[in-house]
Amino acid sequence: MSTQHPIEKQEFTITVYTENQIGLLNRIAIIFSRRKINIESLNTSPSEIEGIHRFTILIHETEEVVRKVASQIEKQVEVLKVYYNTNEDVIWQEMALYKVPTDVIAEKALVERLLRENGARAVVIRKDYTVFETTGHREETENLINVLQPYGLIEFVRSARIAIIKGSEGFHRKLQEFEKREPGHDVVENEYLNKGDKVFTM
Amino acid sequence: MNLMLTKEKQAPELLDKVKTISGAEALLIALLEEEVDTIFGYPGGAIMPIYDALYDYRDRLNHILVRHEQGGIHAGQGYARSSGKAGVVFATSGPGATNLVTGLADALIDSTPLVCITGQVFAHLLGTDAFQETDIVNITTPVTKWNYQVTDASEIPDAVAKAFHIARSGRPGPVLIDIAKNAQIQKFDFKGYTSCKHIRSYRPKPIVRQEYIQQAAELINNAKKPFVLWGQGVMLGSAEQEFKTFIEKAGIPAAWTIMGAGALPSDHPLNVGMLGMHGNYGPNVLTNECDVLIAIGMRFDDRVTGRLDKYAKQAQVIHLDIDPSEISKNVKATVPVWGDCKETLPMLTELIEATAHTEWLEKFRRYEQEEIKEVIQDELFPATGEITMGEVIQQLNELTKGEAIVVSDVGQHQMVACRYAKLNHTRSNITSGGLGTMGFALPAAIGAKFGALDRTVVAVIGDGGFQMTLQELGTIMQSGVDVKILILNNQFLGMVRQWQELFQDKRYSFVDITSPDFVTVASGYGIAGKSISEREGLKEALQEMLSHKGSFLLEVMVTKENNVFPMVPQGSSVSEIRLK
Repeated sequence: MSTQHPIEKQEFTITVYTENQIGLLNRIAIIFSRRKINIESLNTSPSEIEGIHRFTILIHETEEVVRKVASQIEKQVEVLKVYYNTNEDVIWQEMALYKVPTDVIAEKALVERLLRENGARAVVIRKDYTVFETTGHREETENLINVLQPYGLIEFVRSARIAIIKGSEGFHRKLQEFEKREPGHDVVENEYLNKGDKVFTM
Repeated sequence: MNLMLTKEKQAPELLDKVKTISGAEALLIALLEEEVDTIFGYPGGAIMPIYDALYDYRDRLNHILVRHEQGGIHAGQGYARSSGKAGVVFATSGPGATNLVTGLADALIDSTPLVCITGQVFAHLLGTDAFQETDIVNITTPVTKWNYQVTDASEIPDAVAKAFHIARSGRPGPVLIDIAKNAQIQKFDFKGYTSCKHIRSYRPKPIVRQEYIQQAAELINNAKKPFVLWGQGVMLGSAEQEFKTFIEKAGIPAAWTIMGAGALPSDHPLNVGMLGMHGNYGPNVLTNECDVLIAIGMRFDDRVTGRLDKYAKQAQVIHLDIDPSEISKNVKATVPVWGDCKETLPMLTELIEATAHTEWLEKFRRYEQEEIKEVIQDELFPATGEITMGEVIQQLNELTKGEAIVVSDVGQHQMVACRYAKLNHTRSNITSGGLGTMGFALPAAIGAKFGALDRTVVAVIGDGGFQMTLQELGTIMQSGVDVKILILNNQFLGMVRQWQELFQDKRYSFVDITSPDFVTVASGYGIAGKSISEREGLKEALQEMLSHKGSFLLEVMVTKENNVFPMVPQGSSVSEIRLK
């Protein structure tokens, strides 16, 4: 963990590998709400392994709190593994969609420049409205809102963060370990052994 | 259906024995396979098919009809705590199921293995606000270790297998299976029952890391003033003997949380007493003087630590626990020993040098002498005035000689019972520790007796708590269970009154509680009873209660405004413990 100030709040991306089980989302969500922690974004998706789900949860908290929350999540029966990372440790993206009136945008904006500068593309162009899409960090998707606002932004939506852990080798090898009756040291890790590791694992 | 079980290979001969049975019957077969002998429950519409199947299993499964589902689940807890097995509880949907919530929360925080089965409306009615429909899986998610809703009979064997495995393994806890009525009725091809041994996403215990054992042993070997704190984990891990061997070899004074009481006999020379808010003087003060603090199977509850930023700051902390989320949760561990103490303690014992910390132990004894002089003497042996709670427990000790199971409720009498009850054996102190559930003791005592039929069970209860679940006298009446009920009646909600006296200028706000004539109430249930208020008859009355054949209710009128001391006021450090 590269965090210098464990008591300062910062963004943490929590990655949770789970079984596909009804009710697990609630079980995970209440771990945050019980502690009055706001989930900034939450994404559930398949993972690199068929049948294993991957939650990506973004919260703004101190490392101390994140560590405790992560261990509470990992304690849930259907949770295989939890990782938490600071922004330096992950590659992440969010996707945003913007609906604007076509006539205004076509008349007043230099559409091409606008799209180029913001790395956006038009998904739908209709007579009455146009939908742009952009993918990037929060500031980037935020920026296009500001640009489009003067042209009468009708609708805006942004997806949750999805993130790839830079130092992760994926979950295949770990899962094989998990499936063994007597999991090896590698799976039954003791978090304190990994203190110096680039990627914190619990 | 995706239960993710790794199952034992199905024996070929079982395949010939495939038979078509109902989900309800499959449940009962599964319970028998898990060696369940006792069920605490209450029927209702949505669980009727299970009760109908139970009619044919009455000879093998002893179902105790309780008077309220909360009573049922506390009885299940008492059974689990006295027997070391998982308690099993049945309830119907809706209100039956929601009445379990307090017990589930209690069992989760006190790590008690329970398997609760609730009936649910027909699957096709889920979400329609059907009669007695409630979303019990979501309601109980924060208070169960695991829960699951069954909507198809074929899920039942695996779900039950998984439930027992999860409830009992690792850090034990309550699980709940909600079974839709159609699944109870539905017939399916039952291929035999296979117990669950492994769930890939669940690691109940780790492989112990030798390096931490070595680090811990090194700290202990170099310690001048080591101090052991133990909790219920020692009993949950059945590691009483390993624990005793460890502290005896290391010669370390050891103190207990109320959940840990009894794992080491009360009169063991290294047992220095109780920790926490109403614990003993020495253990609290010396927590802030020890150099190495060894916590075993305990979780540093705020009632144990008092003010955290002034808790054992001078000490190196070794924390042995099976639940990794407890390590460094409240108190930062210098050496985290994640593992089952049944394994870790012998590993540690092997590496430590045999020592005696005579002078250090002597220090505990000096504090004890002061506590005896300032508090204990007057509490246990008052010469004049009204009866104190402490002397009742003292007299009880003299009669039971520490052989009884003491079940306590919540409040002043609980602190007195836990402080002073003599316990010779493990699994002898049953109380609601983490949740502090008033009304726990009466039903828990019923369950405790069913879990340990050869032992005397004494339920010590306050006048307030008794009135929360006194309907369970009906369960005693009908089942004929032998429970000794000892009501310590101070005519107050005593612990709240004590706080109002000490911290709120004696503004006694709604703590003056009126009680019925408890002896008459008991007699209405056919339970013998007696009420006394004079010291002279105390011992005889206790003797009468203990030697009475069957249940007996003894009410002892105790002094009204006694306070439990010592006390670590909330927000204070453990070393700021008050003797008066």
